Amino acid sequence: MPTIFEFEKPVVELECKITELKNFAREKNLNLDEEISTLERRLVALKAEIYGNLTPWQKVLMARHPERPSTRDYIERLFTDFIELHGDRCFGDDPAVIGGIGRFEGLPVTVVGHQKGHDTKENLACNFGMAHPEGCRKALRLMYQAEKFRRPVICFVDTPGAHCGIGAEERGQAEAIARNIRVMSTLKTPIIVIITGEGGSGGALALGVGDCVLMQEHAIFSISSPEACASILWKDASRAREAADALKLTADDLLRFRVIDEIVPEPLGGAHRQPAEATEILRKVVADKLETLKAFSIEELVSRRYQRYRGIGTEFLQEVT
Amino acid sequence: MVLDLFKKSKYITLRREGKTEIPDGLWVKCPRCNEILYTKDLERNLKVCQKCAYHFRLSAPERLKITLDPDSFHEYDSQLETADPLEFPQYKEKVTNARETTGLREAVVIGQGAINGYPLVIGVMDARFIMGSMGIVVGEKITRAIELALTKRLPLVIFCASGGARMQEGILSLTQMIKTSAALARFDEAGLLYISVLTDPTMGGVSASFGFLGDIILAEPGALIGFAGPRVIEQTIRQKLPEGFQQAEFLQNHGFIDLVVPRPKMRETLTTLLSLHLQEVK
Repeated sequence: MPTIFEFEKPVVELECKITELKNFAREKNLNLDEEISTLERRLVALKAEIYGNLTPWQKVLMARHPERPSTRDYIERLFTDFIELHGDRCFGDDPAVIGGIGRFEGLPVTVVGHQKGHDTKENLACNFGMAHPEGCRKALRLMYQAEKFRRPVICFVDTPGAHCGIGAEERGQAEAIARNIRVMSTLKTPIIVIITGEGGSGGALALGVGDCVLMQEHAIFSISSPEACASILWKDASRAREAADALKLTADDLLRFRVIDEIVPEPLGGAHRQPAEATEILRKVVADKLETLKAFSIEELVSRRYQRYRGIGTEFLQEVT
Repeated sequence: MVLDLFKKSKYITLRREGKTEIPDGLWVKCPRCNEILYTKDLERNLKVCQKCAYHFRLSAPERLKITLDPDSFHEYDSQLETADPLEFPQYKEKVTNARETTGLREAVVIGQGAINGYPLVIGVMDARFIMGSMGIVVGEKITRAIELALTKRLPLVIFCASGGARMQEGILSLTQMIKTSAALARFDEAGLLYISVLTDPTMGGVSASFGFLGDIILAEPGALIGFAGPRVIEQTIRQKLPEGFQQAEFLQNHGFIDLVVPRPKMRETLTTLLSLHLQEVK
């Protein structure tokens, strides 16, 4: 049973109507092509209307859609010769972060990403994409490896946040995130970050520093989940919708703040409705960005990366006299 | 009969309402051992409880006073303010309020000073200011402190005290973690010394950026240090947390802090560390 949100109901109803009409025409051998194509045109317009004007909270729901393509889904479609590499060489292998090497359009690359599942069973197996310190450290190890072999790094960000628990604290969650951020900020190889679903908090940053940060149209990127924000500020997690508005977490907001460089469009209705098309759109953008980054020397790249982050938000600083 | 006149027939009971508030700030109750402490004595003891060694939180001015040589401090960028980038509900009022109660413009004070004659760049956070949270101003000032230390080739000491990234500046607070860490990466490559001192509390976006990036990481006894807050963890795992969890000593035992240093020893420890890193002038 696919997940249908309340705001999608008019779309689904119209889709059902079209299917019914098509079946009816076939059964009765009638020519209803004109009626059908009218309805189909109306469907496209309706989808554009609904999905083009989602509220922040509706974006949150879309970003968390259980059928939304996961990092593993994208890896399977985008890369050839992919070999998964496990473990952080310190403590263990964190299933919430997957990584490895493969080819992107023929070019060897390192891939790391948060892994979320499509159902409860899968989610339990990968801890809902919430990394422990060993997940961060696995990603870090693979990034150092990429630097050594001069491979670009492609990061997929899709996490509600870093795991919160006793073991994670004992093994230095904060230290692991801090180290990843620092190392990524000067890693001597190109890094492309793609926010595909939820970019939540410090956990997202552990895989989220790069030369180019892309964000899918219906993804979100935020300091905390709207629920956590509402619970912290207003002691009331049920005010999450309000928090979603206040946090400015949509791709449009983030582009305006220059936190991301480009919005990657999704097929009408979201990436989960047409995963193959969503992947192809993504492939073109990533190929284009890699090509652009190739023009820079490593020194230029690292310096541009520094300036990119040095400047974010500075327009909101005021000097009073 | 006559004696009855002198007999106390009734006691007057006074109802205690909530916490005992002692007027005029003459006396303070230690939140850990409940000892009533004379404020003047407590201040003389660097705000460490004489009975149980509980470390009271310090304001940024108090910290600077007990850490630096007298009259050595020169403050930078004290005039920076945030423009409320997200136009977050009630945020402006909150900042105004924090300014009025603390007398500071933001949650961190940065500048140049000296400890026992050793010059350094210093940053001190103040937990009274919206829980020392990091928004664009805190991130910018910390970054400028790092850049200043880099330009002057001076050691850098940051006293952290923060609940984490500031919610009301959203994603822009989060990106301050990257900005400060990236500046520290450059500082690190230049071969300069950065000592971070984690004080109560150092959590979230501050511990997960410049907090844990020190060449040497010191902490004050009993300070709460970690990524996720204890209340959040308890709610998530529905379990009581072990005694001492996320306290400075716990982090030292788990290998994430170099040394827990009691406040009366801090200046001396910093002096020794600075002297050990003093580069010969050629």
